[in-house]
Amino acid sequence: MTFKFKNVYLNATATVTGPYEKNGPLSKYFDKSFDNLYANEKTFELAETKMLKDSVDILLGKANEKGADVFLSGDLLNQLVPSNLTALSLKIPYFGLYNACATSMEGLLLGSTLIDSGKVKNAICSVSSHNCSAEKQFRYPNEYGGSKPKVATFTATGAASAYISKTPSQIRIESGTVGKVMDLGITDVYNMGAVMAPAAADTLYQHLKDMKRDINYYDLIVTGDLGIFGKQILRDYMKEAYNMDLIKYNDCGIMLYNLNEQPVYAGGSGPVCCPLVSYSVILDRMKKGELEKVLIMSTGALHSPTLVNQKLSIPSICHAISLEVVK
Amino acid sequence: MDKEKYQNLVDKNIPKENVKINAAKAFLVGGFMGIIGQLLLDIYTTWLNIPTKEASTYMIITLIFLGSLFTALGFFDKWVSWANCGLIIPITGFAHAMTSAALEYRKEGFVLGIGANIFKLTGSVILYGVVSAYFFGLIRVLLFGG
Repeated sequence: MTFKFKNVYLNATATVTGPYEKNGPLSKYFDKSFDNLYANEKTFELAETKMLKDSVDILLGKANEKGADVFLSGDLLNQLVPSNLTALSLKIPYFGLYNACATSMEGLLLGSTLIDSGKVKNAICSVSSHNCSAEKQFRYPNEYGGSKPKVATFTATGAASAYISKTPSQIRIESGTVGKVMDLGITDVYNMGAVMAPAAADTLYQHLKDMKRDINYYDLIVTGDLGIFGKQILRDYMKEAYNMDLIKYNDCGIMLYNLNEQPVYAGGSGPVCCPLVSYSVILDRMKKGELEKVLIMSTGALHSPTLVNQKLSIPSICHAISLEVVK
Repeated sequence: MDKEKYQNLVDKNIPKENVKINAAKAFLVGGFMGIIGQLLLDIYTTWLNIPTKEASTYMIITLIFLGSLFTALGFFDKWVSWANCGLIIPITGFAHAMTSAALEYRKEGFVLGIGANIFKLTGSVILYGVVSAYFFGLIRVLLFGG
């Protein structure tokens, strides 16, 4: 299902990161970076909350607004702790979202739909993730440090927020495709790229079909966090299933870190991985005129440790948002 | 695309782990741990005149203490990531797994945090250790008379 939006604009974005992202190649694009994983808080959960709150504060400053009609936010933690606590301090009507690492574009899709329908004038769409709070919840204690295979990805730390409204700006949210949940039987909890690639392929194909576009219509197509091996799997999948060649394509998980020097295995992941790259370097390139039409596809593995222990495979989803430079 | 075809596509694209190098590392580090254990045992028996049976207990306690201390100091997880089973299988791995869980859940309190979670990783080692000790003990009594 693809929605076309008439008058929805991306007015401002804000990105806050942890130390690993700061040491990566995109550090100059981020609004704020913390040097320690605790972000001067007592626990990792509170550190993630702090980053999310900071990103909204910076966002409101950049958008020159005091608030918004609605706040849409999500993260990886049980009961959406960081989003709930941020909504508590913001005092803005709030929707908590969960689509794992696909939450960022899910938020933009829903926010744009609300604005397009005229129900709200503006919205703040946020996501956060934290490497240590995610490891603690989904895998082993952080200090355990068990080794991981090469296909594993590294949950990014940080928060990203976007301010969207009907007020025209340089970047327009042109359309968006709501993804379907896919499951091709992958049970390897480390190989999230393989889990998510079919969802990305399905959403991409559906988007191009609904909009009657060629794959080369976009100057750049990015996926959220497939990693280096997932990226190649998606390429092969598109070729085999739909006979399409993905050429002007990259993956945010690969762009966020310096894969040769940083200990991030196959690349970054987590809900914040996709918007940290999209809202920083990609928007920057769009504003400079290097890119005009970009399709951002946030990919999410709907991974539940409980269900994996019960021998079930991991479902996944992907939502796509098409951004255009306003001429 | 069906599941089997997709699994083939995935297998074609994912890298192979260096099983030989990993096994060699684990073998050497694990062996080195054995040497350290034997050295401690020798020190305790010859220099401190402790009987061998008690000295082996002291040796185990020393290794558990060092494993826990190094975990708490924050660098043992990096050693474990590198050496894998070389450090996980010896008693140091057990100490490390317990200490890391304790550190992780410290902020959630002494009872519901540390108490409820300290055996998160090592609970199965204790459970199946005790169960298999019972059965092997039984076999030993029945076959060899104790």
